[in-house]
Amino acid sequence: MKRLKKISLVASLIAASQIQAAGRDYISVVGSSTVYPFSTVVAERFGKSTTFKTPKIESTGTGGGMKLFCKGNGVDTADITNASRRIKESELKMCHDNGVNEVVEVLIGYDGIVVANDINSHEFKLTRKDLFLALAKEIPTEKEGELVANPHTMWNEVNAELPAVKIEVLGPPPTSGTRDAFVELAMEGGCKKFPWIKETKSADKSKYKSICHTIREDGAYIEAGENDNLIIQKLQKNPDALGIFGFSFLDQNSDLVKGSTVDGAEPEFETIASGEYPVSRPLFFYVKKAHVSEIPGMKEFLNEFTSEKAMGEEGYLTDKGLIPLDADKYMKVKENVMNLKNLEL
Amino acid sequence: MNNTDLVKKSLQKRYLKERIFKTMGFVSIATAILFLLILLTDIIGKALPAFSQTNIELQVELSEEQLGINANSSEDDIRNADYRKVIREALLGLFPDVTKRKEKRELYSLTSMGAEFQLRDTVIENPEFLGTTQTINFLADDDVAGVVKGNIDRNLPESDRRVKNQKLGWIETLEANGQINTTFNWQFFSSGDSREPEMAGIKGAILGSFFTLLVTLALSFPIAVAAAIYLEEFAPKNRFIDFIEININNLAAVPSIVFGLLGLAVFINFFSMPRSAPVVGGIVLSLMTLPTIIIASRSAIKAVPPSLREAALGLGASKMQTVFHHVLPAALPGILTGTIIGMAQALGETAPLLMIGMVAFIVDIPQSVVDPSTVLPIQVFLWADSPERGFLEKTSAAIMVLLFFLIAMNAIAIYLRKKFEKKW
Repeated sequence: MKRLKKISLVASLIAASQIQAAGRDYISVVGSSTVYPFSTVVAERFGKSTTFKTPKIESTGTGGGMKLFCKGNGVDTADITNASRRIKESELKMCHDNGVNEVVEVLIGYDGIVVANDINSHEFKLTRKDLFLALAKEIPTEKEGELVANPHTMWNEVNAELPAVKIEVLGPPPTSGTRDAFVELAMEGGCKKFPWIKETKSADKSKYKSICHTIREDGAYIEAGENDNLIIQKLQKNPDALGIFGFSFLDQNSDLVKGSTVDGAEPEFETIASGEYPVSRPLFFYVKKAHVSEIPGMKEFLNEFTSEKAMGEEGYLTDKGLIPLDADKYMKVKENVMNLKNLEL
Repeated sequence: MNNTDLVKKSLQKRYLKERIFKTMGFVSIATAILFLLILLTDIIGKALPAFSQTNIELQVELSEEQLGINANSSEDDIRNADYRKVIREALLGLFPDVTKRKEKRELYSLTSMGAEFQLRDTVIENPEFLGTTQTINFLADDDVAGVVKGNIDRNLPESDRRVKNQKLGWIETLEANGQINTTFNWQFFSSGDSREPEMAGIKGAILGSFFTLLVTLALSFPIAVAAAIYLEEFAPKNRFIDFIEININNLAAVPSIVFGLLGLAVFINFFSMPRSAPVVGGIVLSLMTLPTIIIASRSAIKAVPPSLREAALGLGASKMQTVFHHVLPAALPGILTGTIIGMAQALGETAPLLMIGMVAFIVDIPQSVVDPSTVLPIQVFLWADSPERGFLEKTSAAIMVLLFFLIAMNAIAIYLRKKFEKKW
């Protein structure tokens, strides 16, 4: 009896791996957790409106997604990977080394990163320089070339126009793509305002990065985990704190939290789309060209994702907080997808 | 002073000590219960709205010319007709003064994105509806549901409110006309995941958990019981067996994520088994539950009195017969309890499944152990991470479902123990 059970189990396991080898009838997507909310919406509509199976979408982070995507060309690897930044040269090389020679890049739109606090609390009119001076581990002094451990504890010490509130910022941990983007766009943007630091960039790139990209660790910046809903709940409990998260969470919770202006621009749909709001980043996905003809529904899925009604200015992805491309860029993306243009960096 | 006096003198102090200890124990239990109550009321309070579904009743004109199909059209044509337009026209018919593009977009967002598919399925099921006007209950958008359920406060100033005055006005008109109703949310138990809170269901995750646990049980139960019987009844007492024992105990304390990494390296990368499939999840979880079941089974077997074995052997039974006819049945309640507790542990586990791709958005309901699927605790995690407010209640509701299964499994364990337990 027991032996029979075991034999049948082993048999079913072998059968399971066989099924996988024979082919896959659904699209497999991996990658960024920032693109995940958009990718899933398209996948769901695609599954409901066509006879194809609904694509499976894993949230593995941009870097993790690239690794899975570039592992090889077999059907057991992912067809599409989402990314909240452009593919790196090293990653594309990894793809090529593993036989994934043809990759199509699709730019889907932009995402803003907002600094927000409780709706009934102070108004913050921030600049990128303020953010850098408040959150960097070391900041420059009056004297050129000198750095001191960040002495600021109150916002009005950073900038006299800001409210006299303790600096307390809840933000994502270093593993998060949102954190990478915030550091790169907001902190570095403010850091560059000091001419001598800007000059170090060409002279000593690693020093420049360590000045601009290192966030203080003395408790003023609080790592609040990857869950943005949690940050919003904490902001309500603590009206003095600021939080850093993606624009879609501000959009959905506009009755609970309000976004601070950065460099004079309100974090709004229009300002992010026009590029006036400085802390925004492009979102991409990458397609394995070899799989387009192999996996059923790939072409149709790409068509759905890049259609006017999804990605367009009034598409359903904008309802979910995606900042759409302008008409020119959109046409170009659409054309690249139609021709499945191979990406070359 | 004699001894009796000494005892009497210390008596009061000893009684006091006992009373203090008893009070402390009582306070500990009361605190634990209090925390449990806070947790449960919070979860249940947040989850309750998830079990009601808000609908908007609309009169839709299913004109054959508009849809370009009739009752004799092929199913493909019926499938591809533009139902969205029909619903939009029904909404416009109710509020004819809406003309601006942006306002229209707002108006159309009163019904759920799923409404058009709902209408499509209704027409496919009842082709005779074509050419008639029907009153159909459409699923309302999560924002509308939020207003109706009171999750979005109507009295807030407009600038702070997610649903603006105009939309609120439409909702209130619909309410006054009696076109908004709430029903029990069966869909929550009958559909898979969705990115729209009003359409999201738990069935996919429940079945995913079921298939995963099925594989876990089928693998870990026979192996663990066989291992326990061998170690207790047949194994010689030597250093090698001691070494195995120590390792089993250590294995029970290994963090579960390690098993996930193992699963990724061995089953997915080496044996190239499918990612996100319950079969891999089940194998990984059975590695995790094996030590738990082995340890429980061994102590159950050890608790069977030696007299039973001696009697069987004395009557001429072989060792094998003794074990399978007498020892194992007597130890079974303990073994089953251990197994169920191990399974309950596996049901609530997420960490190892992260590594093998089960944290994924999966809409289709899994049909077998190789279909991509997710499990209950991961569904909780995914919903908790979603920006839409409507998922807050879904998260709590999913936790309730998970707790229900855990309680049910533990109740079965207690029942089995009580029913088959023997006093020696």
